[in-house]
Amino acid sequence: MTRSTLRLAAELLGPLAVVGLVALVAAHLSTSDQTDAINVLVIATIVIGLYVFIGNSGVISFGQISFAAVGAFAAGIYTTPVTTRQTTMPHLFGILARPVLTNVESILLAAGLGALFALLVGLALMRLSGLAAGIATFAVLEITYNILANWDKIGPGPTTLASVPVTTGVGQATVGCAAAVVIAFVYQRSRSSRLLRASRADALAARGIGVSIVRHRLGAFVLSGAICGLAGALYVHALGSINVTEVYLTLTFSTLAMLVVGGSQSLWGATLGGIVLGILSSFLTNAENGTTVFGLSFTLPNGLNSIIFAVLFVGALMLFPRGLTRNREFLAKWLGERPSRSGAALSGPEGPGGVVPAAAGHDGGPETAARSRATTAAEPKP
Amino acid sequence: MTVVGYLVNAISLGALYALIAVSVGLVFGVLRQINLAQGEVITFGAYSLWLMRSLPTWLAIVLCFAVCIAASLLLQVAVFRPLRGASALTTLVATFGVSYGLEALWLIIFGPSGNTVSMLTSLNNTVVGGAVALRWITLVEIGAAVVLLGGLLLLLFRTSLGMRMRAVAEDLRAARLVGVRIGQVVTWAFVLSGASAAVVAVLATVQTPLVTPTFGLNLIIFALVGVVLGGLDHLGRATAGGFIVGFVNSLLGSILPEQELVFVTSLTFLFVVVVLVVRPAGLLAPRGADVERV
Repeated sequence: MTRSTLRLAAELLGPLAVVGLVALVAAHLSTSDQTDAINVLVIATIVIGLYVFIGNSGVISFGQISFAAVGAFAAGIYTTPVTTRQTTMPHLFGILARPVLTNVESILLAAGLGALFALLVGLALMRLSGLAAGIATFAVLEITYNILANWDKIGPGPTTLASVPVTTGVGQATVGCAAAVVIAFVYQRSRSSRLLRASRADALAARGIGVSIVRHRLGAFVLSGAICGLAGALYVHALGSINVTEVYLTLTFSTLAMLVVGGSQSLWGATLGGIVLGILSSFLTNAENGTTVFGLSFTLPNGLNSIIFAVLFVGALMLFPRGLTRNREFLAKWLGERPSRSGAALSGPEGPGGVVPAAAGHDGGPETAARSRATTAAEPKP
Repeated sequence: MTVVGYLVNAISLGALYALIAVSVGLVFGVLRQINLAQGEVITFGAYSLWLMRSLPTWLAIVLCFAVCIAASLLLQVAVFRPLRGASALTTLVATFGVSYGLEALWLIIFGPSGNTVSMLTSLNNTVVGGAVALRWITLVEIGAAVVLLGGLLLLLFRTSLGMRMRAVAEDLRAARLVGVRIGQVVTWAFVLSGASAAVVAVLATVQTPLVTPTFGLNLIIFALVGVVLGGLDHLGRATAGGFIVGFVNSLLGSILPEQELVFVTSLTFLFVVVVLVVRPAGLLAPRGADVERV
């Protein structure tokens, strides 16, 4: 086997092995710990979904949790028995009140709706980069939350959608997460993804050789929407209930933190970040409700989870912006991949783009200088 | 009277948001970076007012200024300085993280149910009663905004510091070449930004005395919407944008029926998306100022 084949195999099998390991451990856990393990796998699926767009394009999105939310509510509503729907959500539109779907059907529907929603949003927003993209996708999250929380014709509104059949076990969560890994892997080997990554490294040069950045970004955005929608369905079927506040700022922030801490530009980073920080998060959440470790029982204050995540996240942005994996795929260093010189966690050297011209760093090294030169060239002063 | 009442209330909310927009815009002007954590400086100021509730009011307000300026400088040293040279986006996301962490910290320290600051309550008395009550605080807000924005204008256009700040905002590299001390200007921007956060903290706690962990965040998000709508790149337009968002929100709040009121947020953010797509330099920016897009 040549080195490049080995590298390819490692790129796929590394993340799959981690997912498999979690599944293997989960199979031997008690039921309550199993719920945590399933949750870790579902969260990791969302992080992989984020990676497909943010990692490949270098454009930030705070909006992907919207797609998970739509997927979760669609899957939840369509698997709830019709009579329950009539009593708990009497104002539902006719199209939402009727058919009852099976578990698998509802998951596919959620993925489809996630993709469709992402397509609609993406058609409008994919021209934006940098700050503008950040603010616009944040606006999408706010709109989705606001509508889901208040419109009782499309869902439970501010109340919790309870009594959704609990059908996602360790097996299904593992299959879902592994599917996300495989999809992300196949995508990142594709021509479209390579062109998108080229635009991440240098938007001007990519455009110069005829890359349609908007089209490739849109592709990644829709694929990411599908994975997030699927993860949303797994989420609701693992818990058996959902409230709109669960798929809002906290989930957005924690999954983004996982991606950045893991390494936002590699599948290995996304998977590892999702799983490792997912385990940390579920441990901390349990500790906030009181837990026992090695016979020592204690309760952490409610909110410590968020503080630790914030510290990890901001610390990662400052100290190791390429994440735990240094943005490398699994074993890539030992299998002879040339180290990548690009590094920032979120935006590519294209710089902030969008609304704002590049920040001239206070002690801008040669890279910053080159970058701001490129940006100045791109943005004629009015 | 009703119409005048609506308008005055709308102007006062607009004035409050304009002040927040200034405190975001000052830092953005010199660093080209958005400080989302500015909302937490406001929250911190508001909590400090609660902590100092037994002190004389004037002393509490002075200390609130000290606290906000110190918090603002701390943010500069702990977050912005390590991230210098990073893209504006990285800082946006990092300050989002800081804001998220601090909110959890407020939650642990002060609890979720909120603390009531009963300071200057007499300002909540009505000037004119009737269908739409007009309260003293409304007039104070408008007065404070006019005085402070006027003062800021004088500072920016009539002092040496102001000139240096404008120079840095225009072109950091060139400003350094002609001998402007960037570090000093940046520090002053954070000091002024902290001071305007303190003004907002005082005014906002008088108006809504219940301080919760999301006190500042709720303010900053809408002010930021205004800043984006007006045009990030220009302090005057950003401030005007903040004012417009506050004004329109207040008017919509008094005009729309209860059931539709909840969707004002969606409309506001939809408007933001449309502006970013159609006029990314901001609605108030002159034509042709639109920045490069992909």
